[in-house]
Amino acid sequence: MPLTFFVNCHPEWSQSERSELERSRRIPITELKFEDEPMNSNLIDMLFIFMLACFIGFEVIRHVSPLLHTPLMSLTNALDAIAVVGAIVLVGERKSEFATILGVIAIVAATSNVVGGFFITDRMLKMFKTSRPVKK
Amino acid sequence: MNASFAGSTLIEIVYLIASALFILSLKWMSSPATARHGIWAGEIGMVLAIAGTLLHHGIVDYKWIAIGLVLGSGIGIPLGMVHMTAVPQRTALSHAFGALCVTLVGTAEFYLRTPNVPKFMMSVLSMEVILGGLTFTGSLMAAGKLQEILPQRPITYKGQNLVNFLLLAVAIATAVYLVLHPEAKQFFPLIVGISLIFGIFLIIPIGGADMPTVISLLNGYAGLSAAAMGFVLDSKLLIIAGALDGSSGLILSIIMSKAMNRSFTNVLFGAFGQVQAAAAGGADVKPVHSATAEEAAAILSAANKVVIVPGYGMAVAQAQHKVRELYDMLTKKGVEVRFAIHPVAGRMPGHMNVLLAEADIPYDRLIEMEEINGDFPQTDVALVIGANDVTNPAARTDQTSPIFGMPILDVDKAHTVMVIKRSMSPGFAGIDNPLYYLDNALMLFGDAKQFVGAIVRELGGGH
Repeated sequence: MPLTFFVNCHPEWSQSERSELERSRRIPITELKFEDEPMNSNLIDMLFIFMLACFIGFEVIRHVSPLLHTPLMSLTNALDAIAVVGAIVLVGERKSEFATILGVIAIVAATSNVVGGFFITDRMLKMFKTSRPVKK
Repeated sequence: MNASFAGSTLIEIVYLIASALFILSLKWMSSPATARHGIWAGEIGMVLAIAGTLLHHGIVDYKWIAIGLVLGSGIGIPLGMVHMTAVPQRTALSHAFGALCVTLVGTAEFYLRTPNVPKFMMSVLSMEVILGGLTFTGSLMAAGKLQEILPQRPITYKGQNLVNFLLLAVAIATAVYLVLHPEAKQFFPLIVGISLIFGIFLIIPIGGADMPTVISLLNGYAGLSAAAMGFVLDSKLLIIAGALDGSSGLILSIIMSKAMNRSFTNVLFGAFGQVQAAAAGGADVKPVHSATAEEAAAILSAANKVVIVPGYGMAVAQAQHKVRELYDMLTKKGVEVRFAIHPVAGRMPGHMNVLLAEADIPYDRLIEMEEINGDFPQTDVALVIGANDVTNPAARTDQTSPIFGMPILDVDKAHTVMVIKRSMSPGFAGIDNPLYYLDNALMLFGDAKQFVGAIVRELGGGH
């Protein structure tokens, strides 16, 4: 029996929406098993995205001047704190007390990285000046 | 289509824009001229992504989100205002926070989903929690060492690698079991707990001099765990941001490990800090030449070309502002002054550049190792301030030296080398530095800040 899973199926969609999507976007997958839950839009798509993003990351960061390695690290740290979006959804959905508590701590930790990370990166970069032509 | 679907399409488009802005943000970091655009791009992307997420139709309660955001900002502002000398520990601390967020979300997701966790999801979830957990405690340890709450010297014991390996093996085995039996939720805390302990054990044996590599590596782990979280939550934005951060951390650790002549696998598996062995032999007292501030000032003002080599000692002594005065004074006298920056000088990648930039030294005076090494033979004075191992000529010549093969700054080729150093005690790694016994070397004994200050006073005509 061909196993199937569905693109962009969200658990909270209404039944009619879901069956409409099932009709239009059924993708047979022969090897992977995802019978238990409508999840993970398309796993292979995500692996492709991950692979491409890694290459972009390597290419872009290879060109960062060693001069800026410290601000680079604090900037990527701030960007990485985008994980806060996961925590926000977790807290907002209020699925369990436990999840909400962990989620709030996670929001606090990630937000402090966003705010602190951008702030200190900006402070560092403001300090980098070139030797100005003697005008004064 | 109804409102909820339109909502999620809108959110996805916002995430798409945010991803593009994140990539641009890193791209603009490639040069100091555009770097600040990079921050704006990153900030706009971040605000868009958070605002978009708040529109998520599944969110029923905003109170705790708001509390979390406000509290987090409250902690973030002081963390963004720390003194520049505290940047390495702040960075380590923020890796810990990022990893904490990822680990907590992963844990919560597991308990919400168990026992219906598909195999692939359970695998990435385990990866997320293992990487997140070890990065959390590991970064805390690193921050503690950098803040000198914990001893900076490596703490080693027999069979350390075996213990670490076993810990990791147990964590992975448990994860594999959970992938096959996701209903066995009593084992999940074991994965989290072991990862947390593993993080501590991983960083304990690492000494301060290896910190640049370690911080980069933890940065990479934090990124990869966030990418794994993206797979769990089905969030392409998170996958992209995590992949960018992960590749950034890995690139930096490759650069750092090359600069310390370690193989990349050596770094990946965290086998740092084993250098110690080198018996501090050669206790025979060899003669060194020393000089006073007055003599040093005379030599410097007679020079045409001076290269200053800063190291961690300059950061510890907070001497960067005095060094700037020296730079100004010599430049005014027509001496060409440049700074030679070794990739692993200091405690994190780019540490010296930030400190010198803070002291208002123009960044075009800061020269990388490869570029400046050829110039040392034409340099009149190389002034080493608080750097040791990165100037040790034994790395070039002595095959028995633990740092043999490490690329160094060839300060010994300058006409005169002056080394500001507290005493003759060997450096952090316990390796004797033959540089100090060379005929063209002059030792300037004293605290970096005070000594540079004394030279500046002499150059200014004394008082």
